[in-house]
Amino acid sequence: MENKKSQRAPVSQKPHVVEKPTRVGTIGGKVSIEINEKKVSVPLGTTILEACRDNHIHIPTLCHHDDLCIAGVCRLCLVEVEGMRTLQASCAFPITSSLKIKTSTPMVRKARRHIIDLMLSEHYGECYSCVRNNNCELQSLAKEYGVDHYTFGHVKESIYPVDNSSYSVIRDMDKCILCKRCVRTCIDLQEVGVLEAINRGDKTKIATFRDKPLADVVCINCGQCINRCPTGALHANDPSDDIWNAIDDPDKHVVIQTAPSPRAAIGEEFGLEPGHSMTQEMNTALRRIGFDAVFDTNFTADLTIIEEGTELISRLFKALVEKDESVKLPQFTSCSPGWVKYIEHFYPDYLDNLSSAKSPQQMFGALIKTFYAQKIKIDPENIVSVAVMPCSAKKFECNRPEMWDSGFKDVDYGLTTREMAKMIKEAGIHLPEMPKSHFDSPFGDASGAGLIFGATGGVMEAAIRTVVEFVTGSKTEDVFENANVQQVRGFEGIKYFEIPIGDKVGPVPELIQHLIPNWDWLKGAVLKVAVCHGTANAKKVMDDIKAGGKFSECHFIEFMACPGGCLGGGGQPIPTNEEIRMKRAQAIYAEDESLEIRKSHENSHVIKLYEEFLKDGPSGHLSHKLLHTGYTKRGKYIA
Amino acid sequence: MLVLEKNALTAEIEILVEKYGNDRSALLSILQEIQKNHNHVSDFAQQEIARLLDIHPVEVFSVISFYAFLNTKPKGRNIVRLCQTITCDLMGKEAVAKAIERELGIEFGDTTKDKKCTLEYANCLGMCDQGPAMIVNDKVYSHLTPEKAVEILNEIK
Repeated sequence: MENKKSQRAPVSQKPHVVEKPTRVGTIGGKVSIEINEKKVSVPLGTTILEACRDNHIHIPTLCHHDDLCIAGVCRLCLVEVEGMRTLQASCAFPITSSLKIKTSTPMVRKARRHIIDLMLSEHYGECYSCVRNNNCELQSLAKEYGVDHYTFGHVKESIYPVDNSSYSVIRDMDKCILCKRCVRTCIDLQEVGVLEAINRGDKTKIATFRDKPLADVVCINCGQCINRCPTGALHANDPSDDIWNAIDDPDKHVVIQTAPSPRAAIGEEFGLEPGHSMTQEMNTALRRIGFDAVFDTNFTADLTIIEEGTELISRLFKALVEKDESVKLPQFTSCSPGWVKYIEHFYPDYLDNLSSAKSPQQMFGALIKTFYAQKIKIDPENIVSVAVMPCSAKKFECNRPEMWDSGFKDVDYGLTTREMAKMIKEAGIHLPEMPKSHFDSPFGDASGAGLIFGATGGVMEAAIRTVVEFVTGSKTEDVFENANVQQVRGFEGIKYFEIPIGDKVGPVPELIQHLIPNWDWLKGAVLKVAVCHGTANAKKVMDDIKAGGKFSECHFIEFMACPGGCLGGGGQPIPTNEEIRMKRAQAIYAEDESLEIRKSHENSHVIKLYEEFLKDGPSGHLSHKLLHTGYTKRGKYIA
Repeated sequence: MLVLEKNALTAEIEILVEKYGNDRSALLSILQEIQKNHNHVSDFAQQEIARLLDIHPVEVFSVISFYAFLNTKPKGRNIVRLCQTITCDLMGKEAVAKAIERELGIEFGDTTKDKKCTLEYANCLGMCDQGPAMIVNDKVYSHLTPEKAVEILNEIK
């Protein structure tokens, strides 16, 4: 900004020449601009930030996140626009005319440095005692801008107490920089609406309704806010110290189950590109850490399919043939603990629609302390059961009071992918270098159907693979190419799909024959299913059902609380965005294709479990005791 | 809160929603009316407003916490707000403040025991040419002296 004239607001500027649209696909064509004296042409409406990124010019950001709407609150992305009196936030400046932009002038650098200094002046806490050390956006910005002292001082004492009321999410507002990413995640992305900024000016802070502890409000523990927090202000409740103690205790038999999504993402914590599955490397690493047995959660995912599938068939029979009005359709999946708490809070009248089947984690917990304990002849009291999950809500789930069906706490600790990676590192292991090894008996390796639970649409696809074979007696491969149900895959928010059963019904396998007296009513039926992920989409589907729309006629709906399904869970490595989630999904689907057994009912260990232990079959007495659960009407009113 | 009270409050909010619309932009008008009628916006009222406007309770709370004239807990029936901004300060705000505190027997931020008066500081009231100024309920008083302030307080007490 050389002279006073150019500092005036751009009211009297010459009309800008906008080029004619070159492609029909772009809205309103392109506009040529100058960034750092280099001429470039960008589509009309692109923000300055996007234009710079497309042209490989780095602009620091903090409040900006690919998954969230634009906020423009942190002001770090300031740039100089010729003709403008003040610096402009590039993330919130759509280009509508030809501009001259400068991204690195003394004024810009000074402003950015001041913003960082001001943030640091109120940021209490030291980097080496922070969970986000080395993965903190504020820390890396301070490094990028060469902060070597606190220009505006630094808070010496903690201002806010840590809120550790929740089993899942811990809030340390001393480290908060008020970027409002968590607010936008909670309100816009997830539509749960727990967090908002309260008060104003220097008293502003992020708080819950009436500033209550997180455990007392409608938080569903999805942990999406953790994934999007640039600093350590939000983090998961870490039980790894207790797990180390259990491992070090010679009297304890410590077993661990691993879910598919952490395996597809944990490599990222060790510097690998997203999309590398580390299943068998992780098995070895876990044994070296000291876990006594390593199991595959996919085994109980297969079991979930059998239990939930048989529940669906009996529900359909009771509701459609016997016209029993107490049986509700559509049936909702219940694998996602975030979704379960969401429906308990926001749609408590629909709890009867929720499948009574537990999530795979809790099914495994109940089996480990009963079936497995009998098998290896160890007192279940001495078994410590750990679950590696992509999820922070699983920590809450394993602490639910109803999850004591084995007579003990079914799952003792839920561990996130990030915490698992930390434990592996602590043990001095570099995961990608580990030799490969298989899961332990008696549960062994599971099917590909259990594996794809990790991606949105996975539960539905696994269920379809099994139900088609159970009901029609023909092979899934004959209906869907290579048994890949492409129609329910992908990251579209809500997917709807119809499966015609056809005229050929049966022969029905012996395992489920006892369920209902006849099967002929299924002839010519059309099974309507839907899949949605992210609670914002779940809300749309639920409101549609409430209004009696298309989805109220569905038979089976898969709900996942997190965007992308479990692979985008709140316990997964940070950062996350759609591209990363896509790669994780690819890794999961690729691993599924590489497996020989890809249908839940073909998992021989599951069949054996029904023969040896759950003798009265799927949805039988014992399976109801151990593998099914009930729900609580919570409501959304806070007293 | 009694069920009857709750129902009455819900009915009142429903009427306000009818009047101002069920859009989130109607929030502030509804809050102001509730504040005027009840002297505060209770937890229950906040959640009802949120339900009827289809927004989240925390958003309602956020707005209330932003504005000094909206509060979540009942205050005194009369609210005395003395301007603390620089012009009033130079014109002798401190002496007026002392006189008010002595007269009411409370400090700034407190409410009298009989719930009649709440004493607060306010930022600029736009009366910089007539300072010191204070605002009692909706009425502005200017050119204050300690004696005049006490006189005004005696009227409302």
